[in-house]
Amino acid sequence: MKSGTYIKRPNRALQIYACVFLFVLYLPVLFIPLFSFNDSIYVRFPMQGLTTRWYVDLWSRDTVWAALGNSVTVGIWVSVISTGLGVVAARAITRYRIPGQSAILTFALLPLIVPGIIFGVALLVLLSRLGIPLSLYTVGLGHLIICLPFAIATLLPRFEGFERSLDEASADLGENGWWTFWRVTFPMVAPGILASLLLTFTISFDEFIMTFFLSGTDTTLPIYIWSQLRFPQQFPVVLAMSSVILALSFVMVFVALWIGRMGVAREYADDPQ
Amino acid sequence: MKSPDAFISIRDVGKSYGTFRAIESVSLDIAHGEFFSLLGASGSGKTTLLRMLAGFEGVTSGEIFIDGAPMSDVPPHKRPVNMVFQNYAIFPHLNVAQNVGYGLRRLKLPRARQNEMVDEMLDLVQLGGYGARRAHELSGGQRQRIALARALILKPKVLLLDEPLGALDKQLREQMQVELRRLQRAIGITFVFVTHDQEEALTLSDRIAVMDGGAILQVDSPAALYERPRTRDVAGFIGNMNFLDARVKGMAHGYASLEVDGLGALNLPAEGKQLVEGARVCVAIRPEKLVLHDSLPGGPEKAVQGMIELVTYLGERSHYHVRLPGCAAPLAISFQNSRIKPAHPAQEGRTVWITWTPDALILLERAQK
Amino acid sequence: MVTVPDVPLGRPRKGFAAWFRRSEAAQGLALMSPTLLVLLIGIAVPLVILITMGFWTREGFGFDTTPTLDNYARIGAEPIFVTFLARSFMVSGIATLVTILLCYPMAYYVAFHVHRNKMLWIVLMTLPFWTSYLLRVFAWRVVLGYEGVVNSAFLSLGWIEAPLEFLLYSQTAVIITLTHAWAAFAILPLYVSLEKIDKSLLEAATDLGDGPVRRFLRITLPLSMPGVVAAFFLIFIPTTGDFITPALLGGPDGMMIGNLIQLQFGPVNNWPMGAALSIVLMLWIGALGLVFLFLTRLAKRRLA
Repeated sequence: MKSGTYIKRPNRALQIYACVFLFVLYLPVLFIPLFSFNDSIYVRFPMQGLTTRWYVDLWSRDTVWAALGNSVTVGIWVSVISTGLGVVAARAITRYRIPGQSAILTFALLPLIVPGIIFGVALLVLLSRLGIPLSLYTVGLGHLIICLPFAIATLLPRFEGFERSLDEASADLGENGWWTFWRVTFPMVAPGILASLLLTFTISFDEFIMTFFLSGTDTTLPIYIWSQLRFPQQFPVVLAMSSVILALSFVMVFVALWIGRMGVAREYADDPQ
Repeated sequence: MKSPDAFISIRDVGKSYGTFRAIESVSLDIAHGEFFSLLGASGSGKTTLLRMLAGFEGVTSGEIFIDGAPMSDVPPHKRPVNMVFQNYAIFPHLNVAQNVGYGLRRLKLPRARQNEMVDEMLDLVQLGGYGARRAHELSGGQRQRIALARALILKPKVLLLDEPLGALDKQLREQMQVELRRLQRAIGITFVFVTHDQEEALTLSDRIAVMDGGAILQVDSPAALYERPRTRDVAGFIGNMNFLDARVKGMAHGYASLEVDGLGALNLPAEGKQLVEGARVCVAIRPEKLVLHDSLPGGPEKAVQGMIELVTYLGERSHYHVRLPGCAAPLAISFQNSRIKPAHPAQEGRTVWITWTPDALILLERAQK
Repeated sequence: MVTVPDVPLGRPRKGFAAWFRRSEAAQGLALMSPTLLVLLIGIAVPLVILITMGFWTREGFGFDTTPTLDNYARIGAEPIFVTFLARSFMVSGIATLVTILLCYPMAYYVAFHVHRNKMLWIVLMTLPFWTSYLLRVFAWRVVLGYEGVVNSAFLSLGWIEAPLEFLLYSQTAVIITLTHAWAAFAILPLYVSLEKIDKSLLEAATDLGDGPVRRFLRITLPLSMPGVVAAFFLIFIPTTGDFITPALLGGPDGMMIGNLIQLQFGPVNNWPMGAALSIVLMLWIGALGLVFLFLTRLAKRRLA
């Protein structure tokens, strides 16, 4: 680092650090798919040979399919509802001056930093006092609380960056509220909405803590995994399932983030110089 | 306040945000086909007034009439006005042709006719062939013309323009000013133009309303505003002006007898102002209305002597700051260089004589801020 | 010519409908009312009930709802609770600090040394975070286990003779796992605040004679403090309540307060106790948070 040039020469040490860092970040997670092909119930080196039998076993388990179905169903409902709630909240906050809006926002974003267990037990307590039995619906509610902050956090910047004058221009040119929303607002926030849907689905799909406290007899995939962890011979099958989930999550999140970037980039390019 | 010829009639309109009075009971009449400007500094209320015409701000008190119809219950999308926004508000997800044709959807015209109208409009603003481009591919000036085209295609009765030339550089701005004037004359509709640039307002407008603090100070043609400003604020806002303190010695036959700092005893028409003896007033004169002489001129007009403190050369003319005895601040004089005699160049330190024509002096009351 | 009709000026608009149309606040709140409702039912009300339940006691299969401070008294008196709380804060605290220390250079690298495709790096760094927490913790069990990756690799390479025991089922394991799992929560705020630093400030410092190390200490570090503070809270707070990691790899030594709370709602079936513990946890988090904020403000003044 020569003093005086601010665009620094690449710092070798930092570069190496960065690469090692990324390597270590991904490595443990990559062991899962690796050993899911291991022909042994023990996860250790050296590997015993490659096999796909754990995946085959996974395929045949009805309970797995049931849990998967539950996870997907809850995921879809939660993502749609949380994104919808996030859209109206983001629209309301950016369009109108609402008293106490920072307090409301802080409250909505609370699940992002307060330990999940607190929300889990709090909801559990509420539901039991109300006499509502635990089921996939209660799980859905729990997921909703967790996903809503993510939806709002994804949507708010897009609504904020959206210029009010575009709404006004549309009205000025003769379109009423509904048409303005349909022709101007919606197309511009659509990428954000899509990103929010994908993100919240992924979060709901992977969610464990709230589900742990709020589920009844129907389980979701993470709960199923947890229940299998006490049986050592189930280990490789769990590895296989985890690999599948990991792969799907990675893809969904990557797509969601990419869509988010793309939409934002396009808008920045359109700013008048 | 009621004028049967007014196309836009703003009557006692006020606007409050909570306890803050943004517009103070303003009344204004704008004629059909007029190029009317609202001129003022930031915060003067000019944009608020414009937005009230468009319908984006509600009217707290008073009423707005356009072409005889009251607008209080008419939402923006139903008003016969269209607006060119300050940042143009071009829809980034649509191309140029879709932008320009945006308002046509409602009219349910056949597609071919719509395309025809869009092409015509693009030609009118000299952007023919740009239909497929997107907003981010256009320059500021081009975007401005698209915004214009998009508004004019709907043949509004009134076009509102919110500081549309502010973001352009000087040369482009001057070009666009000519363009706008030409367009307005050709189309013949009423333009209401908001700007903080007084030169721009003077260039473009048939009439100007000078605004400050939510109120209208004066409404007049550019020449009248320049030559005969009615208050000190208006005088200072338009062009450059010298202000001299003066004391009233007496009033007689519609003339005020004054003792003016630096210029001595003068009589000026009072123009209906009621002034008491001993009152302090202000006498204003434009820098270019003062004449420099290198020696005492022999004519009948009054002349005063002073010393040049500072000269600024500007090519066609020079600005002279002349110190007069009894005057707190130097007088600013703008004099054409072609009139300076080479044998007697006007330099710093020289003694000069100043004269003026009688109607060049303007009597103003002291500002009440 | 047009005539302007005579109408009363300032037409009065009465009634709720008119007020509604003019009040921005009312329209805004109405628009987001479903969201507000969900927040109320999902967060506000449950928390209130939780607090209330902390004052109850268990009675048979139900609750004795006479308000009492018994639970809180127990928490204060019985050493197990204090031990677990202290241990949780220590483990979380260490994990948080280690995470921040390890992630800072990474964030620094991307903010200052990456000039193209910054987005790509950010996506790469945060991608693991978006997958199941359970799976990531599970991944570490695979790595650290008695017959896990590290041990079997080292054994077969001949580096050790017997499997390392401390790797799994210990506080160390919990710390390592937490550090890895929460890295993204450190990288993002650190990156954002480093990225925001006006490069011309650094140039000015160099111009005035600072070498790279001094420049870092005097300009970069203080200006990145908001990011450090944010990272601290984003990691410390959630990890104190974590029960998954300790359950999977903490062993008896590594159990944390989250496990205790979970037990109260599970086998032990003493819900009021669990509620009280939750409240205590939250209060302690709040207190520690304030202390930390105070310390950083002090540090900022010292560094300046």
